[in-house]
Amino acid sequence: MTTTPTPTPAPASAPAAPLLTVRNLVKEFPIRSSGLFRKQVGVVQAVSGISFDIAPGETLGLVGESGCGKSTTSRAVLHLQPATSGTVVFDGVDLTTVGKNDLRRLRRDMQLVFQDPFASLDPRITVNEIIAEPLRIHGLYGEKDAGRDKVKELMATVGLKPEHGNRYPHEFSGGQRQRIGIARALALRPKLLVLDEPVSALDVSIQAGVINLLEELQDELGLAYLFVAHDLSVVRHIADRVAVMYLGKIVELGPRDQLFDHPQHPYTQALISAIPIPDPRRERTRQRILLQGDVPSPANPPSGCRFRTRCPKFQTLTSEQQHKCINEEPLLVGRGPGGMATSDDAVHKAACHYAESVQLL
Amino acid sequence: MNPEHSDNAGATAYPPAPGFGGGPPPETVLSVKDLTVTFPSDDGPVQAVRGVSYDLHAGEVLGIVGESGSGKSVSSMAVMGLLPKTARTAGSVRFRDRELLGLTEKEMTGIRGRQIAMIFQDPMTSLNPVYKIGWQLAEAVLAHHDVTKAVARKRALELLEIVGIPSPDKRIDQYPHEFSGGMRQRVVIAIAMANDPDVIIADEPTTALDVTVQAQVLEALRAAQQETGAAMVLITHDLGVVAGQADRVLVMYAGKPVEIGPIDGIYYHPRMPYTVGLLGSLPRLDQRSQEKLTPIPGTPPSVVNLPPGCPFAPRCPLRTDICLQSEPALLPALGADHEAACHHSDQLTGEGAMDIFSTDPNAAPGERPDAEPGLPPTGPGTGPGIEPGSPAAGPSTEPGTAPGSPSAGPGTEPGADPQNGAAQ
Repeated sequence: MTTTPTPTPAPASAPAAPLLTVRNLVKEFPIRSSGLFRKQVGVVQAVSGISFDIAPGETLGLVGESGCGKSTTSRAVLHLQPATSGTVVFDGVDLTTVGKNDLRRLRRDMQLVFQDPFASLDPRITVNEIIAEPLRIHGLYGEKDAGRDKVKELMATVGLKPEHGNRYPHEFSGGQRQRIGIARALALRPKLLVLDEPVSALDVSIQAGVINLLEELQDELGLAYLFVAHDLSVVRHIADRVAVMYLGKIVELGPRDQLFDHPQHPYTQALISAIPIPDPRRERTRQRILLQGDVPSPANPPSGCRFRTRCPKFQTLTSEQQHKCINEEPLLVGRGPGGMATSDDAVHKAACHYAESVQLL
Repeated sequence: MNPEHSDNAGATAYPPAPGFGGGPPPETVLSVKDLTVTFPSDDGPVQAVRGVSYDLHAGEVLGIVGESGSGKSVSSMAVMGLLPKTARTAGSVRFRDRELLGLTEKEMTGIRGRQIAMIFQDPMTSLNPVYKIGWQLAEAVLAHHDVTKAVARKRALELLEIVGIPSPDKRIDQYPHEFSGGMRQRVVIAIAMANDPDVIIADEPTTALDVTVQAQVLEALRAAQQETGAAMVLITHDLGVVAGQADRVLVMYAGKPVEIGPIDGIYYHPRMPYTVGLLGSLPRLDQRSQEKLTPIPGTPPSVVNLPPGCPFAPRCPLRTDICLQSEPALLPALGADHEAACHHSDQLTGEGAMDIFSTDPNAAPGERPDAEPGLPPTGPGTGPGIEPGSPAAGPSTEPGTAPGSPSAGPGTEPGADPQNGAAQ
């Protein structure tokens, strides 16, 4: 039996400078009228002021349901869709103010792996060319032989046969294509890899291989991952810390085991209780917290706590307590007994006035 | 669990699944025997379903699991008679005492919706966007019952109530686009139960939905099943969903059932290496384990021109010569009601995926991570087996290659052919 060495979790007080620091990130999209001039009639806040850090070599899992803003966050972090406000500091440089040329240089150190291994690879060029492309763009391909060797080495790193480099993407299965996407992302030896649902398009037996590969690469290359996913089981397996998003905000952030074993925010609790576990006996006796209704529109979010319209906890509160949920936005801070806000720089934070840790698993 | 939390309105604990161990054998409502479905293609016939047999008992939930392309959806479409005309279907599908294969379209229409109802994955394509929800529900009622429109509408309201649509009297006059994905799927469930069917076939009913919505829809599905007393076939790739819903499970691989049995038997005592591998490759929400997952090497075979032998053999760590020569039949493996299609299912007693599959991406599939002396790599009477770790141990299985799979492209080396591996 092989056991992987645990990737060093980020120290609580993070004495080492974080690789990525995101502060009060906001991303708005305009709502336009359907008329000729497509006049702007409103704005959707897809991401409404979120903050987090990623330490070198650490994996931060970003989870949430569709429309919660997790993919928008990943694109804003890479400055592919510039943030509306807030700061994204990568390796000591603020991406929101940096010039075009500097940004290009910084992009070497931060790469993206997409969800769909079929749409993210150019079907008309060979795998060798796909992987060589970032090297060429950044002028690192070198002499013909040197470049080819680099590509071969990358293919071997992700578990592909280098002699298959002359094939086209359609000749590979989904799992192999995802490996090609990873090899391309690794070509420039980045420090941060943003993985946007990297395994959700794959069958489970294939998915496990790609997850193992990502873990091995992290150990070997000391990569930091921002792992965006909706599958909490995968995140529990791979992440060091987890951030849970709801309607554009982080509602809970904490070390993986603390967050899964003692979730504090009612949304996290509902999410964890809703994930089916492949264990019939446990599944039959488990408690489900069923949420009522649907996610409200981000164009018109509820006042105060955004989760209150669906919150099971909210129903149990007295009207005086509910008043606080309706009028006062809960901050993402450490929470003591009774949901009292404690320290601002706690390891495990929850954005709920009445946060209470619960054991569900 | 916090006591204050446990009695809140939104919390529901699932009752234990009904057991089928004791008592008289339940009535069989749907009986599928040797069902095969073949599609013509440029590369030769595609054998999407290669002999599926199962009995569905009244009131039970049968989960059909498998990966993409395993034939789980096609076999159910064949039961409903919904395959395109080019498909060639053979075998037998009996609903109670009536043979369904070979019925005319008109005869089939009388059965669909009335006796057997279906719920599809994508609720947007099963609902008609230009008609109001109430009209579509009433249509389903009117199709099989000679009642007035007012009665049908009243029934439609009841149905929306059962599946948990809030303020149904307002919602009934809305169009599908005014509903969210989870709500739409609940409307589809309501339509499926409109005529009190005996069988409901649900094909990936929650796959397109978020987890919290999935939980709501599964609850609605459960309510629909309890209300109608229907037996249900639940097709899904999610082993977690099946664990919570099904009484029995059928595991499909390459168009054939490879294991069928009671839910607990399949999950706790799997007797087919594919099932073991599938369960082992799942990351678990409820485990702190830092151990590696155990992927199944290779990829599923293409069902065009399948080589002889067990279709799982190229990926199987227990493979021996016999596996490459003859395809194992589905035989009782753990009691009469738990059947597995594996020549070596007797070796799989209490072993987890970690014991038989290697987590090392560079290991050959024939290589067992810990060859226990008590467990010879070859089954009894199977001739000289492939030595674990020997060069002849079959396809080279860096994850980059797909042994024996045409999807690996035209350049698959001869060494990656399981038959060549055996011939050496």
